[in-house]
This record gives sequence, C-alpha cells and structure tokens, in this order.
Amino acid sequence: MLAKRIIPCLDVKDGEVVKGINFVGLREVGDPVEMGAEYSSQGADELVYLDISASFEGRKTFTELVSAISERINIPFTVGGGISSFGDAARLLDAGADKITINTAAVNDPSLITHIASHYGSQFVVVTIDARKVGEASWKVTTHGGKVLTDKELYSWAKEAEDRGAGEILFTSMDHDGEKKGYAVNEYARLSELLSIPVIASGGAGSVDDIAEVLTTGKADAALAASIFHFGEIKIPDLKRQLAEREISVRI
Amino acid sequence: MIAIVDYKAGNIRSVENALKRLEADYQVTSDPDAIRTASHVILPGVGEASNAMRFLLPLVDVLKSLTQPVLGICIGLQLMCASSEEGPTECMNIFDSKVLRFRPSEGAKIPHMGWNTIENLRSPLFRGIQEGAFVYYVHSYYPEYSDSETVASTYFAGVTFSAAMNRGNFYGTQFHPEKSGPVGEKILENFLRIC
Repeated sequence: MLAKRIIPCLDVKDGEVVKGINFVGLREVGDPVEMGAEYSSQGADELVYLDISASFEGRKTFTELVSAISERINIPFTVGGGISSFGDAARLLDAGADKITINTAAVNDPSLITHIASHYGSQFVVVTIDARKVGEASWKVTTHGGKVLTDKELYSWAKEAEDRGAGEILFTSMDHDGEKKGYAVNEYARLSELLSIPVIASGGAGSVDDIAEVLTTGKADAALAASIFHFGEIKIPDLKRQLAEREISVRI
Repeated sequence: MIAIVDYKAGNIRSVENALKRLEADYQVTSDPDAIRTASHVILPGVGEASNAMRFLLPLVDVLKSLTQPVLGICIGLQLMCASSEEGPTECMNIFDSKVLRFRPSEGAKIPHMGWNTIENLRSPLFRGIQEGAFVYYVHSYYPEYSDSETVASTYFAGVTFSAAMNRGNFYGTQFHPEKSGPVGEKILENFLRIC
C-alpha cells in the first residue's frame, strides 16, 4: 500500500540550515548535508531544501550544496527557493535534484510550469503555494515568502498549476505556519478532492495529532514540517510508529 | 567495469551517485564496445517512453545481444518490455509483458509517486530483503504482471504489476533502487554480485 510521506523541510541560507517563525526571526540549526543524512537514517521519506539566500553568492553555494546532498542522500529530495527561470531548474537537475519547487516565479509566469514539466516531466515540478485567509471565506495566494498578497485565489491557482503540468502541490497556510497549532485541515481536504495530483501539507505541525489529522481528515498525501523535527520535539521513528498505531500507512 | 548506458533520456546522476556510494567502478557511456565488454550494464531513465526508445534505437541490437547481467531501472525496464502504451511505441521485446497506463481509480492519484511495498520476492536481487519492504516509485505506466518473468510485485490503483522482472541475464525494476534508502542500496549491491 502506498505510504503517506513524512518530509522534513530544511531552509538554507548561505549554506546553513535555518528555520523562521512566520518567515522572520531566523535561527541557525545546522549543517544541511548532515541533517539530511540524519533525517534519512531516521526514516524520513523525502527531504525538501529551500534556499532563502538573497545574494548571488548564496545561490552559488546552494547549487554546490545540492551536488553534495545528491552524493550523500539515497532518498528523493526536492529543492527550491529563488528558482525564477527554466535555466535555474535545469542547473539544479544537473546538480542532482530529484524535484524542484517553484512559487513566486510560477505566479508571475505560469507558463514556466509547463516549460519545465514538458522537458523534465511533471514528477520533477512541485508547485508551492503560500496563501493566507482574507476575510471569511477567501484564501489568497502570496509571493516573496509571504510578503506580497496577490489577486490569485488558492483553489483556482492550484487547479491551474495542475493543468499546466505540476506533479504535486505543496500548500503552506501562512496563517498556520510557525504557530504549531495544527494544519489548515479543511483546506487540505478540499484541495485533495479538487486535484488529481498529490498534495503536501505544510505549516502548523505541533504534535503527532496534528500530523495524523492532516493525513486522514485533511486527506493530504504527505506532511511537511521543519521546526518540530529540527529541535527534536518529535522524532521521526516515534512519529511513524504512532501513525502506524492509528492505522495510517507509513514506511517503517 | 560497470556501464551506465547514456542515451540522453533524463537524469542519470542519482544512479551514478548510488554506484559511488557502493564504491563501484563505473563509466557512463553510449559506446557499443564499452557496453559489450562491461561486467554489468545498467539502463537507467526517466522521461517519456517513445522518445526514450527513439534515443535508444542505435543501441538496441547491442543491448539485446548482451550476456552479462543487465539492469533496467524505471523507463529502462519499460523499454525492455514488448511495447508501451506511452507514445505508443514498440520496445525491445526482451520481456513479454506490455507496459500499460494506470487508470484513475478511487483514492489513487496518478502518477504513482512515493513509497510502496514489494511482495512475492523471488530473485537474487532480493537476497536479504524482507517481503513487504518499501521502495520508491514515480511512474504513470506499469509493466504487466507475468507468471514467468515477474520476480516482485506491487499493488496500486486496482492492479498488481511487475515491480521487478527477470529473464536470463536481464533484470529490471520499476521502482528506483537508487532512491530507495538502505533497501534500494542492498538491491543494487545484490545486482552487482550477480555474475
């Protein structure tokens, strides 16, 4: 039976892993390759590395890092952050990334999804959507790490991304991210019913209950989290054992 | 020396890195002589079957005539089958199975992406691997189950398909051993031990 995936996310700045609370207030937590290898040996199903460097030098360091990760890690990994062109995606593929994720660049130019997917396959393209609730019922897409609110609506944009060739959707609720009070469960359930590609839940994990809920009621195919893993609040083997006890299919 | 067949079909970096981790001696090549004289041949591949088959065409006769262990991975395995619905295209016809497309079914999202279990293991490829071990998959097309050639099976979207196949010196895995953690590493190591 296909397992639900547990995905630690590592934000990388100038070669070091950091984790923001609501995308600000960065704290250093460790070496990206070593942390990835450790998560892999603990039973992580995939890894996501996001480059949050602002500088050209930082970007160059990140590409070198992707090569080093690819040499060391024997599970799939996705890389993203700052991919703004087909060339950026090709460069990361050559460095050994299994998938790339695009966010702001896809909002600005949706044809980029199609361009990359038609060359390297849909399985290579994860479209990340950061959205926040506006008013009572509407979820609006944000860009630039949550700083810019756009006119795009979450569900229609996710569907468009799928139609344009995305292989997976990684949705982060900006209202839940960093709060550790649970995922936006209803929104994931709706997305999962709307789309025929896998949905990765991100933002809000604070406990095993939260992760179990988003994988069952939330119908997500994978749960991504950062700080609860980085700071050892939940160990991946314990998490998977507890999910298995609740009859959620996980790889142990 | 192991030959990784280079036929311009997708990313082979992860297969190279897996062999490096096993400290195996390999070269990436499309040279028929280098392929013929290799101890083991690996046919990797991601991408679209009919295009991949077009790139592979100049090497088909060489590959079919090989007598050393050959391992096709993902599209590599599919190209060793009789034909594929993707394209559609005729393939190398080393295995009798056809490659079919998953049909949408309740609760199953396509592509089949992620970790799934392998069952009914019967090949030296799986020495030391337990029934029900998890391996990593990314694919929308699958090789049919065959009584004589299927050496591991996986269930997804209402079908039991060939997770791995073997006929004589030819082997194939639909999953990616190079991305399947310690289980995949062991399967690759087992393949390199076949002589």
